[in-house]
Amino acid sequence: MAFLRALGSYLPERVVTNAELGERLGADPAWILQVTGIEQRRFAAAEESVTDLAIAAAKDCLESSGLQAGEIGMLLVASGSADRRFPGPGATVGSGLGIGGVPAIDLPIASAGSLFGIALASHLAEAYGNVLVIGAEILSRVVPRDREHVDTAVLFADGAGACVVSASAGFAKIAGSLLASDGAEAGALHLPLDGPLSMDGRTIILHAARKLPRVIRELLERHNCPPEAAGAYLLHQANRNLITRVAQALRVPEERFFCNLERYGNTSSASLLIAAAEWRRRFTGELQAPVVLAAFGAGLHWGAVLLSPFES
Amino acid sequence: MDNRRKITEIVRRVAGKPVEFAPEESLFESGLLDSFTVTDLVTELESEFSIRIPDSDLNPRKFDSVARIETYLESHN
Repeated sequence: MAFLRALGSYLPERVVTNAELGERLGADPAWILQVTGIEQRRFAAAEESVTDLAIAAAKDCLESSGLQAGEIGMLLVASGSADRRFPGPGATVGSGLGIGGVPAIDLPIASAGSLFGIALASHLAEAYGNVLVIGAEILSRVVPRDREHVDTAVLFADGAGACVVSASAGFAKIAGSLLASDGAEAGALHLPLDGPLSMDGRTIILHAARKLPRVIRELLERHNCPPEAAGAYLLHQANRNLITRVAQALRVPEERFFCNLERYGNTSSASLLIAAAEWRRRFTGELQAPVVLAAFGAGLHWGAVLLSPFES
Repeated sequence: MDNRRKITEIVRRVAGKPVEFAPEESLFESGLLDSFTVTDLVTELESEFSIRIPDSDLNPRKFDSVARIETYLESHN
């Protein structure tokens, strides 16, 4: 058994509004809001790295957890925009936290990366103790910034999120998870070696709008939990319209879908943990109802994790 | 009602636009469909024609015109 013990996040200081981005791309700020649901996003400073963002989120998470860095037994670090091809950020994040020697695994999965990390951590915690899962991205440096790719350019942003999965304590039990991957549409969303990021939005949305409700429903059915019984849904913050579609497909009031996309944009692997950390700051105390985490993204990779109150 | 007319009706319904368009006309380029309404289109096609469109066929290009949809449905059957 494993528990979600604490969450944390880090958002770069610089706020980029639709007005600023629209001027740069030749796009109407009102159109950006309409098609994405995003009002503003954060961009990292020139001197910040993906590793820096990951360490900052990890420190915020550790502070919330009451744990010292030395009590972490493993790191899982997800990023689709790592600072270099290899090594990934994991080992450097560990050293930055003062826990060099602790095993660190990189997950170059992008949008579903932190969800995969949480699911893996729930199985690894028994062997490694407290597993620190981090998602960190600086996508502002890899998205195209021209009028031709405006649909992609307005979506992505920078940030980092973190959580501790523990075998011994936490505010929610990780009741189960369901993960899936299919490379048939790997080209629909990818970051080539020589960049920039490329996305076929229609294909991605079509798959996401079908696969996300399906995987959530299947996971809930396995745990005899109807969709309406879940108290909150924390999804990868990809697009407001997509979140609305998932809520409609599950026939769950959209108000249960926590959303902070309007302030931070799509931060890929970081977004689920940033959203979860913000949700947790608002709803402290023990869970009163199950909570669903879900993500979909490049790969294609997708899945869901079910958190449940201790009594269930 | 033949398939072409049924498909045209579905496109009009999901697009929310009772407009005329040619069978070969690109539904995306004309602005009739977008990334989200194509999802509704696929769901409506499944319901209307009592079929299950597999994930391996979830390629928007297959649904980019009434003619392409008609061809897809014929191959599906």
